[in-house]
Amino acid sequence: MFGDFDINFVIFGVMPYVALTIFLVGSVVRYERDPFTWKSSSSQLLRRKQLIWGSVLFHVGILTVFFGHLIGLFTPVWVLDALGIPYWLKQWMAVLIGGPAGIAALIGSTMLLHRRLVDPRIRVTSTFPDVLIMVLIWLQLAIGLLTITQTLQHMDGAEMVRFMTWSQSVVTWNINAWVTVVDVHWLYKLHIFLGLIITMLFPFTRLVHIWSGFAAPFRYLLTRPGYQIVRSRRTRPLEERRRAYDRLQAKRGPSATTPAE
Amino acid sequence: MRVRAQIGKVLNLDKCIGCHTCSVTCKNVWTTREGVEYAWFNNVETKPGTGYPTDWENQKRWNGGWVRSASGKLHPKQGSKWRILANIFANPSMPEIDDYYEPFDFDYDHLKSAPDMNAFPTARPRSKVSGERMEKIEKGPNWEEILGGEFAKRSADYNFEDVQKEIYGEYENTFMMYLPRLCEHCLNPTCSASCPSGAIYKREEDGIVLIDQEKCRGWRMCISGCPYKKVYYNWDTGKSEKCTFCYPRIESGQPTVCSETCVGRIRYLGVILYDADKIEAAASSERETDLYGAQLDVFLDPDDPEVIAAARRDGVPEDWIEAAKVSPVWKMAMDWKVAFPLHPEYRTLPMVWYIPPLSPIQNAAQAGQIAMSDQMPDVRSLRIPVKYLANMLTAGDEEPIVHALERMSAMRLYMRALSVDGVRDEAIATRVGMSGRVIEDMYKIMAIADYEDRFAIPTAHREQNEDGADIRGGCGFTDGNGCSTGDAGKTTLFGGKKKSFALPQETF
Repeated sequence: MFGDFDINFVIFGVMPYVALTIFLVGSVVRYERDPFTWKSSSSQLLRRKQLIWGSVLFHVGILTVFFGHLIGLFTPVWVLDALGIPYWLKQWMAVLIGGPAGIAALIGSTMLLHRRLVDPRIRVTSTFPDVLIMVLIWLQLAIGLLTITQTLQHMDGAEMVRFMTWSQSVVTWNINAWVTVVDVHWLYKLHIFLGLIITMLFPFTRLVHIWSGFAAPFRYLLTRPGYQIVRSRRTRPLEERRRAYDRLQAKRGPSATTPAE
Repeated sequence: MRVRAQIGKVLNLDKCIGCHTCSVTCKNVWTTREGVEYAWFNNVETKPGTGYPTDWENQKRWNGGWVRSASGKLHPKQGSKWRILANIFANPSMPEIDDYYEPFDFDYDHLKSAPDMNAFPTARPRSKVSGERMEKIEKGPNWEEILGGEFAKRSADYNFEDVQKEIYGEYENTFMMYLPRLCEHCLNPTCSASCPSGAIYKREEDGIVLIDQEKCRGWRMCISGCPYKKVYYNWDTGKSEKCTFCYPRIESGQPTVCSETCVGRIRYLGVILYDADKIEAAASSERETDLYGAQLDVFLDPDDPEVIAAARRDGVPEDWIEAAKVSPVWKMAMDWKVAFPLHPEYRTLPMVWYIPPLSPIQNAAQAGQIAMSDQMPDVRSLRIPVKYLANMLTAGDEEPIVHALERMSAMRLYMRALSVDGVRDEAIATRVGMSGRVIEDMYKIMAIADYEDRFAIPTAHREQNEDGADIRGGCGFTDGNGCSTGDAGKTTLFGGKKKSFALPQETF
């Protein structure tokens, strides 16, 4: 049965499901079981140098790239057709927006990685996963940028559509998804493989702060009307307690004092 | 009216001897852990000086506290919600650990393990962060102790604004005082307002401001938001920590550790009832000098029957109302008007207040006599400039400070007449708008300061909201998932260091 065994099937057919499962279940378990370890793990306090530029370049760049991938890969092809966006135009957009963003992220991550490995304070206080994930992301950015050299050789968008088909087939449980990417250039394959590895490591590293980063604007701007937060031990809202108190007073007569609540 | 209660605090700077017992006992209880060696939930600064972290009072540099916009609305000085979120990748207003100091220890072991040498072995400093040798210690938690360092550096002190400070650099004219500082547990805290995760909150029942360690994500906005720089980033856990007002002690009716151990008996704790509906308007007062008065208006008189009725209705426990009536904090802040908020211009409505210190009469030595005004020593000629104290405590308004200092010196005169001459000189009391009886009460509380007079702390009423049977056998205080049995091996699955929980061994 191993006669027609294909490593491509394992990586592009099975691994995405394994990675996504670990990513989602791992995140939920960590959030639930160990919320104290859920953090961005900022090292700004220990060394401001290189962080301000490095972190802003890295984050702005990688968020642009991330949303570029998300929208680019998961927009159904028929939506493009319906909107009348030619494939070559979409591919040019990807190169022109993703390229500079990727370069910004690469410069930023180089600064951050350098700081993490060279600065004695940051070096000593870094954990192994901190360094590992930084190196992997740096490699992923570099490989991602290198794939542009391949992309520029076929700007008709056909290759891009294959990746869109693959991603969308994976999330729509199409078991033959892997076939679409079997014969693409190895740089693309390496990029996908590394992406899946990072996805699997996600719940076990500081990357979990991405969840919180996306949640923060909603929490801060939408679910919090003012600025202040007051927590009460009491289980009922003030107005309800006041009404209950007033009823009790009316029953007992105004002179009676009662213990609060 | 929405009545809430808070355990407020007053520090009598007139009696602070700068012994740092508060800081040390606080540190021993709360911050001996890795990651917060540099953090002092309570510290004592020598003033004038730039303090800890350096220049913390200069909000042009650190952007702490609130600002009032032209429309009269408040937003954190570091930016409204959008600006704060935009700075989430790197916080431009956050101090670096070197602005506090790099924590260090000494190579004590070298003293006994050094080989035979010509020179006497020494214990040289080593960084507690990187473990590397530190050739020179540039800063410490109390670097300017007793006016240490050149005046040129110390005089960067923000409170010298509008003061001709050059003469205070001269040996004959110099002055100093101590300023013990801790979290102010503000009515309008900027730390909690700045937190995108909503991890920082004020407790309704006792006003203590805490950080939920499980909700903190390490976005660091609280550190720059707090104008007192009393939120610290734990570089080991990646979470922010701050003074907890020793809430486990307060809940059981005990004073905080810093107050309990205060050698000079300068710390007072008592209930203050306040109207939560008035906070926003008070903090948004147009003129900075109005903020002190506006905050007084937020406080509610516990002897007023209307307030008592409203407090009961809003669920303030009966013993808390009784405690508010005997609160030393109320007496000093409201009855006698001798205590003031620290930097009210930050618009946070702080709840740790300070009694300004009296100081020797400045020109007594030169003139051969004490400057008197109306038979009282003129407090404006005290060695510590009134303007300096006013910049610290009333946003520059000198009148309330002069008023308080006059009352304090009247108390000395009155008690001197009473104990030396055996005369109750009501005239002294009348001149400062008090009566002899009130001055004697003031003397009892501020000068004698018995334990019972300093602390009037009602216990928390957990029994009203918790069932003892439910929490029986619980695991008490934990650090994260400390009670979990899910841990395996030497590390946890998610990268954090496993904190061992050691039960006390038998000690013989």
